Amino acid sequence: MSDTEPTTSDASTSTLARQLEDLDRVVYRFRQNPMSVIGLGIILAFILIAIFAPWIAPYPSDAGYAGEPAVHYDQKFEPPSAEHLFGTDQAGRDVFSRVLFGTQLSLKIGAVVLAAAVSIGVPIGLAAGYFGGRIGMVLMRITDVFLSVPPLVLALSVSVALEPSLTNAMLAIGAVWWPWYARLTYGEVLSVKKETYVEASRGVGASSVRTIFRDILPNVLAPITVKMSLDMGYAILVASALGFLGLGAQPPTPEWGTMVSQGRDYLPAQWWYSTFPGLAIFLIVLGFNFLGDGLRDMFDVEVQ
Amino acid sequence: MGYRDYLIKRGLSTIPMFLGLSVLIFTLARVIPGRPARLALGPRATDEAVQQLREQMGLNDPIWQQYIEYMRGLLQGDLGQSLISGRNVATDLLEYFPATFELTTLAMLIAIVVGVPLGVIAGQHKDKWPDNASRLFSFFNVSLPPFWAGILLQLFIAFQLGWLPATGRIGDVSPVPVETTGLLLVDSTLAANSAAFISAAQHLILPAITLSLAPVADIARMTRSSFIEEYDKDYVEGLRTHGIPNRLIAYKYVLRKSFASTLTIIGLDYGFLLGSAFVVEIVFSWPGMASYGVEAILQKDINAMVGVTLVVGAAFLIVNFVVDILYGFFDPRVWHEGESE
Repeated sequence: MSDTEPTTSDASTSTLARQLEDLDRVVYRFRQNPMSVIGLGIILAFILIAIFAPWIAPYPSDAGYAGEPAVHYDQKFEPPSAEHLFGTDQAGRDVFSRVLFGTQLSLKIGAVVLAAAVSIGVPIGLAAGYFGGRIGMVLMRITDVFLSVPPLVLALSVSVALEPSLTNAMLAIGAVWWPWYARLTYGEVLSVKKETYVEASRGVGASSVRTIFRDILPNVLAPITVKMSLDMGYAILVASALGFLGLGAQPPTPEWGTMVSQGRDYLPAQWWYSTFPGLAIFLIVLGFNFLGDGLRDMFDVEVQ
Repeated sequence: MGYRDYLIKRGLSTIPMFLGLSVLIFTLARVIPGRPARLALGPRATDEAVQQLREQMGLNDPIWQQYIEYMRGLLQGDLGQSLISGRNVATDLLEYFPATFELTTLAMLIAIVVGVPLGVIAGQHKDKWPDNASRLFSFFNVSLPPFWAGILLQLFIAFQLGWLPATGRIGDVSPVPVETTGLLLVDSTLAANSAAFISAAQHLILPAITLSLAPVADIARMTRSSFIEEYDKDYVEGLRTHGIPNRLIAYKYVLRKSFASTLTIIGLDYGFLLGSAFVVEIVFSWPGMASYGVEAILQKDINAMVGVTLVVGAAFLIVNFVVDILYGFFDPRVWHEGESE
């Protein structure tokens, strides 16, 4: 049914000190899972690419580095070669350079969307779980209504009233993503609230704010972190879908979803134009999914 | 509490959810600081024209009044006028919905038919190579952007090999199937029109496979974990000592008992599938509700988009209602112990 079962887990019941003691075992558990190590590798590689794109990319100006993206119509639609690993697009721009630069955007989108979702969802979940009663019920009912529409569709219906842009796309996705965090936090708070140390904290007269932030929040951080790493990939997927539909970043911004969409007009002859940006989305999402799965094993938490 | 009471209670709980949903969507589409009338008319429209359209769309009235007007219309099957087609949004949706319904339903069927056995096999060989392979396969599937997966299928299957058409819903066939349900497979079967049936089926395959990729993975993983939980129980050992073949134990006894949790994920996945349909329909030029919705967003057609979102939300609520009914059937504990909700 629609109510979540509060989950009790090792991580949420132990104190910070014990968590540190457990660290060795935790790292061991993480390394036991080869997929999570691969995932970490993929993500680190993408982060490095994002940072060093201006130096790695063979033609940074084609991706709009320091100015508007350059155009070279005499080189349009060249197939992949040593000079242009991923070929060139309809304006003769190097697809490889543009894909590398797209990494920055992609990571930024994922981070902004999740930051927005967490900063709305977690306080709502904390309040609903801690105060309970009527406030809690109303908050969780609102949350359930949001959850009754698939995120992409809800984000789309928000974007109808907005002009298509990258910022608005991030806003739209962030605005519909928070309920997942509200619900997760709510469930965790309910299970932590019954612990003796929370009772004790309240018993000695600590204020609600103090109890929430000192005693409850630290114990719900693990599942939230795991969920964020699992969601990062999905947020990037949804954002790229908005880009693909023409509702996110506008061309010639080197955003991967937008590039796949542009390349679609030139299929099947210029296959490389859609294929490589799409491959980049796939790899980064795969990396986050591997990593998130490893983190879930590591902290031994259920997140949904 | 009996099964019937459970059904009624569960059915009634859908109504406030739908009302909440309608308030939410309505509010989102109107309150967000955009300028729908201005956007709809374009930058060159005069202020008078914008003002006139606002008046016509009722955008100058207080929001709660707009909502009541809208819901009154909804009850009479009136969803307001579409700016693109000039027709009532409800008329448009009736035309486009069957194509989306046919596509998403087939995709879900594929996902179940592939995902469940995959999960059972993985569960039977826990932590051996079939399990690891299925795990990896699932990770790949959920990480694929649906639009890109669709493009790859088009490149290989349609363009390279020429096996299936890349876009559209039906080819040039005569006679054209008479429209009764709007579902081409059903209509052509009713008319005993095999040429139309084959053409429609060929057009359906690639988009349906594209849509089914992520749900296949979810269903397989969920089936696996609930299967493993059930497979460890004593009665399974008992069945085995009686010499009942493993295959029979797996599919007849264990799967049946563990299927309830798979059902829940199916309900959830149907929603995500409806979401993915928005990009997949575009890739395959599928003339469905999602394509219509995307067009509506690009043209800033608020009434059309609110209508589409409401239908998607309602479909999701209905699917989850059906899932809960079936859940109660597979696992009577949910209503026997009198603790539904």
